[in-house]
Amino acid sequence: MIRSDVLKTLIPIISDELVVTNIGLPSQEMHLLDDQPSNFYMLGTMGLASSIGLGLALAQDKKVIAVDGDGSVLMNFGTLPTIANNQAPNFILLIIDNGSYGSTGDQTTYTGMKTSLAEVARACGCDNVVECAAEDTKDEVVKALAGEQMTIIISKCESGNIKVPVIEMDPVVIKDRFMKAVNA
Amino acid sequence: MSVNDVIMQAMRENGIDFVTTVPCKQLAGVIEKIEQADDMRHVPANREDEGMGLCAGAYMGGAKPAIIMQNTAIGVTINALATLIQFYRMPLPMLISYRGEVGEPVACQVEMAVHTKALLDQLSIPTYHFHKPEDAQETSAILSHCFMARKPVALLMDATFWKGA
Repeated sequence: MIRSDVLKTLIPIISDELVVTNIGLPSQEMHLLDDQPSNFYMLGTMGLASSIGLGLALAQDKKVIAVDGDGSVLMNFGTLPTIANNQAPNFILLIIDNGSYGSTGDQTTYTGMKTSLAEVARACGCDNVVECAAEDTKDEVVKALAGEQMTIIISKCESGNIKVPVIEMDPVVIKDRFMKAVNA
Repeated sequence: MSVNDVIMQAMRENGIDFVTTVPCKQLAGVIEKIEQADDMRHVPANREDEGMGLCAGAYMGGAKPAIIMQNTAIGVTINALATLIQFYRMPLPMLISYRGEVGEPVACQVEMAVHTKALLDQLSIPTYHFHKPEDAQETSAILSHCFMARKPVALLMDATFWKGA
């Protein structure tokens, strides 16, 4: 399974949740598969999906799922201690770990080599870290949504991309409809 | 009243309830007050661009955020300011310890000080330079202006200002 296959399996369960999607293909794939006002598409700022998701989860009570990538978490490793030390029971960080920079031509990341994000997250003090195979991601997200604690899910999937159009929606429109969904 | 107390009062007057910080010696007093405040959530960040992500999320969640950092942070936050805060049109008050100005004991700090205003100007970020302790009285109005305009706004507070801490 590649990232878009994993996202497809998640649509029925995250469609109505607040979802923050990482720059590039993760945002574009979510936009193509299931565009919702409750999706916040990052159009830039690689690395900050988990930080935006955590800030959102700390500021209000609804569940928040940040769909991040291994390359982006590697870029913003400082996010993991912040997540560990600022308890947001309503926060789920889903890292689609395909061991590559998918949006830029599938160059290998260090998680595709020796680095384990699950071990790093645990070492940073994150209590509830799950690493799973791509096909088990849906079950883990269902469990995390039903639970009452912050969860980091690392979904190990294959590298590869589908052809998707860029998002042409205005960023202020994305923000505005997302904030209305948060308040709904 | 010390400038730390004036800043705290200004943040309260503007309903700021989510503050992320990366420390600086000059900011120690105000960061301690934020940590102790029951009406503000304090989320220390490891890097200032991470802090801006936290503020963006908190803002969309209904909070009124602020970031407290040193001016050296401008060097690591230009992308976050341009592609997140400005692109999505979000307010972000930046209370900045302006190192490298007159009174600075560390020569290296001057190297970023000479670029600070030019970089903020290049980004078209409204910038206010606090040099005397009484300048702190403007904080509340500037914070209000920031949320009205939904833009990042920089308050540069130099060593002479912090003598009022």
